[in-house]
Amino acid sequence: MFYREAGQFKVTYSADMAIFPIAQDRIAVLAIVAGAFLLMPFVATEYFLNSIMVPTLILALAAIGLNILVGYCGQVSLGSGAFMAIGAYAAYSFAIRVPELPLLVSILLGGVVSAMVGIAFGIPSLRIKGFYLAVATLAAQFFFDWLFARVGWFTNYTPSGSVNAPRLDVFGWTVNTPVEKYLFVLAVVCVLALLAKNLVRGHVGRQWMAIRDMDIAAEIIGIRPMYAKLSAFAVSSFFVGVAGALWAFVHLGSWEPLAFSIDRSFQLLFAVIIGGLGSILGCFLGAAFMWILPIFLDIALPPLGELVGWKMDKATVSHFSFMIFGGLIVFFLIVEPHGLARLWSLLKEKLRLWPFPY
Amino acid sequence: MTVRVRSFPDVLLSVENISLSFGGVKALTDISFDIRKGEIRAIIGPNGAGKSSMLNCINGFYHPQQGAITYKGVRRSQMRPHEAAEQGIARTFQNIALFKGMSTLDNIMTGRNLRMKTGLLWQALHLGPARREEIEHRREVERIIDFLEIQHIRKTPVGRLPYGLQKRVELGRALAAQPELLLLDEPMAGMNIEEKQDMCRFVLDVNDEFGTTICLIEHDMGVVMDISDRVVVLDYGKKIGDGQPDEIKKNEAVISAYLGVSH
Amino acid sequence: MGFFLEVLIGGLLTGVLYSLVALGFVLIFKASGVFNFAQGAMVLMAGLALVQLIEPTYIGLWHFVGIGALVAAVAGLLILRVVRGGTLAAAKGDWRAKLPALVGVGAGLVGGLLALAGGAKGWPLWLAIPAAIAVMVAVAWVVERWVLRPLVNQEGIILFMATLGITFFIDGFSQTLFGSNVYPLNIGLSKDPVFLLENVFEGGILVNQLDISGAIIAGVLVAGLAVFFQKTRIGRALRAVADDHAAAQSVGIPLNWIWFIVWSVAGIVALVAAIVWGSKLGIQFSLTFLALKALPVLILGGFTSVPGAIVGGLLIGAGEKVAEVYFPVVTKFAFGTAMPGGIEYWFAYVLALVFLLFRPQGLFGERIIERV
Repeated sequence: MFYREAGQFKVTYSADMAIFPIAQDRIAVLAIVAGAFLLMPFVATEYFLNSIMVPTLILALAAIGLNILVGYCGQVSLGSGAFMAIGAYAAYSFAIRVPELPLLVSILLGGVVSAMVGIAFGIPSLRIKGFYLAVATLAAQFFFDWLFARVGWFTNYTPSGSVNAPRLDVFGWTVNTPVEKYLFVLAVVCVLALLAKNLVRGHVGRQWMAIRDMDIAAEIIGIRPMYAKLSAFAVSSFFVGVAGALWAFVHLGSWEPLAFSIDRSFQLLFAVIIGGLGSILGCFLGAAFMWILPIFLDIALPPLGELVGWKMDKATVSHFSFMIFGGLIVFFLIVEPHGLARLWSLLKEKLRLWPFPY
Repeated sequence: MTVRVRSFPDVLLSVENISLSFGGVKALTDISFDIRKGEIRAIIGPNGAGKSSMLNCINGFYHPQQGAITYKGVRRSQMRPHEAAEQGIARTFQNIALFKGMSTLDNIMTGRNLRMKTGLLWQALHLGPARREEIEHRREVERIIDFLEIQHIRKTPVGRLPYGLQKRVELGRALAAQPELLLLDEPMAGMNIEEKQDMCRFVLDVNDEFGTTICLIEHDMGVVMDISDRVVVLDYGKKIGDGQPDEIKKNEAVISAYLGVSH
Repeated sequence: MGFFLEVLIGGLLTGVLYSLVALGFVLIFKASGVFNFAQGAMVLMAGLALVQLIEPTYIGLWHFVGIGALVAAVAGLLILRVVRGGTLAAAKGDWRAKLPALVGVGAGLVGGLLALAGGAKGWPLWLAIPAAIAVMVAVAWVVERWVLRPLVNQEGIILFMATLGITFFIDGFSQTLFGSNVYPLNIGLSKDPVFLLENVFEGGILVNQLDISGAIIAGVLVAGLAVFFQKTRIGRALRAVADDHAAAQSVGIPLNWIWFIVWSVAGIVALVAAIVWGSKLGIQFSLTFLALKALPVLILGGFTSVPGAIVGGLLIGAGEKVAEVYFPVVTKFAFGTAMPGGIEYWFAYVLALVFLLFRPQGLFGERIIERV
């Protein structure tokens, strides 16, 4: 009843091309963002901010990056964990070797390095497609796992191989408490998500989608596959790299190469599939789902097991969560290949007509 | 319809002695013909005659082993498809090749991609030049949408559209590039009579209003004879006839190829 | 020279193991166009099931009852299928329409009771291996029925991601059911090293007997598969299905049945791989990572080529061992400092990546002519 677009006439093309052409959507999104910035820091507990909001937001950013590549450009990657690692270690290198650089700049430079490596590993995509490419991206994953674990220069020769993030100084503001960390991450993620949305609705986004839907036809109407694919790899790796730097600096604080193993790649890919291929909003939903469900299962499964007289130890719980994730992936691919984002838009369609569907 | 006889002095594209083979299979053998500026040129022939291969050679998707193509006075034996597009050659496909996950509007907007120049950063900010460019091209695209009478499906994903409309959107995407040479691969295949009439009207209007040169493949002889200025006939990869529709109708070789007289 | 040959042969024999897993991938890819990422998980599952049936350290009586029931039900249904020919669908309401359900439940009950009588003792090999096969057949049925059938005619990449889901499911499921430690598997293959060519080189070449047994088993398996797919009607149906699902269905090839068979065969191949690998390394979760090495093997060999899988496996196996041993030496020579070892971890993937740039279709794959 309240969700009506009747009477909202668009008289300019720019109004019609807005991200949220419907007034109620605009208001709702503004309210959510305002709430996230102004309300959340006061009502949420430290645990909630530290263990749920911050990692979810960072994973969402990484998922946006991966979605640009997989969902928009159609190039499957199983190596996003490696690009998070590249962002993290590159940012670390800048931070400790060029200490004059502001921290935010180091983090962004981490993203830039990741983008450049992304271009290099994107070159095979010009010749190969689909599963072949997926396997090729595994090369990136395993190579960088090894590189950061074995070559001392990247960890500044710490004997344990574990790395501590420098103090988080952002232009004089020291990011310390959970609330500050949350606000810092939220700000970065909001800005980058907006940029991503602009890219995918702009003409480079259309080029990516054209390549995804039918690469031959795209080339014939004059899209250069090289430019389109490599730009997707670059932009995607940039986002993933920045997310990796944030993950390491803000969420983990100190980390080992294991933090960016192939499991992280799968986690991101699943977040993208469950959230919705080709949807920026879906990345947030998918990341939240992938981060919160295991926490929920950890808490909920043992008592549930007790109910049927089954004592579950920690390993069993994690194996059981594996099963549930696997099942959910298949379920989503079968029932709703477009993920949570599509369910959301279907809900909106219904809401549009509610309560008088005829 | 009346048979139009028009004359076209300037050669836009000429094909010289093109041969193309896949492994041992000869798809095209020593084909030569030309397309003149402003005309509607048809390529006809039985299935498997090499018509689509011919179009694929013209827009650079296949590279013929022998021969050369001269386009706007530049002679070349090879080019990439996107180079052809940059030179003003656009096309549609026999099996619709739209971007199925995108809306009608976005599909046609991709047709403008060669004319959109702003860099990644401006696009990411969606300000200034990027925004202006987007709006300017949107205006052009809306003109094409009006022309093809597909306003109502502007925001529909093309995968959901019926066949006839998809063909129309595909034509729209090709037109959005404002091509000098438009290649249409069976634009009317699988259409009912009304859809065919609409499509004929669009083809003629494009040719008249924008002066676009058109080269089309079509099986419906009625349509071909009515709308085209000159016709090339291929059979088994060889050229067996070339001329105005009236001459083609009387051509012995063509008649035998179509009537199935044994070779 | 003797040392080099030793490294090379050791690598080739490891390569045989990669080939075994790659073979499972190729079978499924040829038959259904599905890139089955779950092959490694299937190796793990087959291995865990087998090792626990032989020496139960994790599973209890009720596991045995369940597996006994499953094995009997699978056997009963397969026999029924063979007896009836399988193609005649009974009319609805006819008692024969209920026959499969009856046979399945009946045989299952009998099997369960027998297993109950046997108690929670380990099964002998002649029973445990068919039982593990039955488990894999059941997996094939579940995958066909609940994943592939609903996704028929979807794009390859969607199916690929679905197999990622299957991977996680099987990994979790098999470890929940059969435990997650390292279990040694001993089915009587000798592990003693032997020296070869002692009269050619001083000291000869040290080779593990187990690796040789593995190579022989792999050879037999490949020969068996070749006969199965070349000499039977299923072989042709298989190629048709791989080419075009819908077209194959329209000429009356029972798509679901073919898929079921192929996934079952891939399950059996996984079991063989598990036996050979498990004997060497023990059955453990890290087998799934070794199984991932089959992916670069596929790229080298081409996705649709059985000989490719074998040659690719040998190349990768030998290449990475040689590279592993000589990489620090070569980098020391070239840059003055020895790079750290452990490059086995990524060498195969990077080799495949480089190879792809020059020959995207693999060694034995067919060149694809693109049409519009």
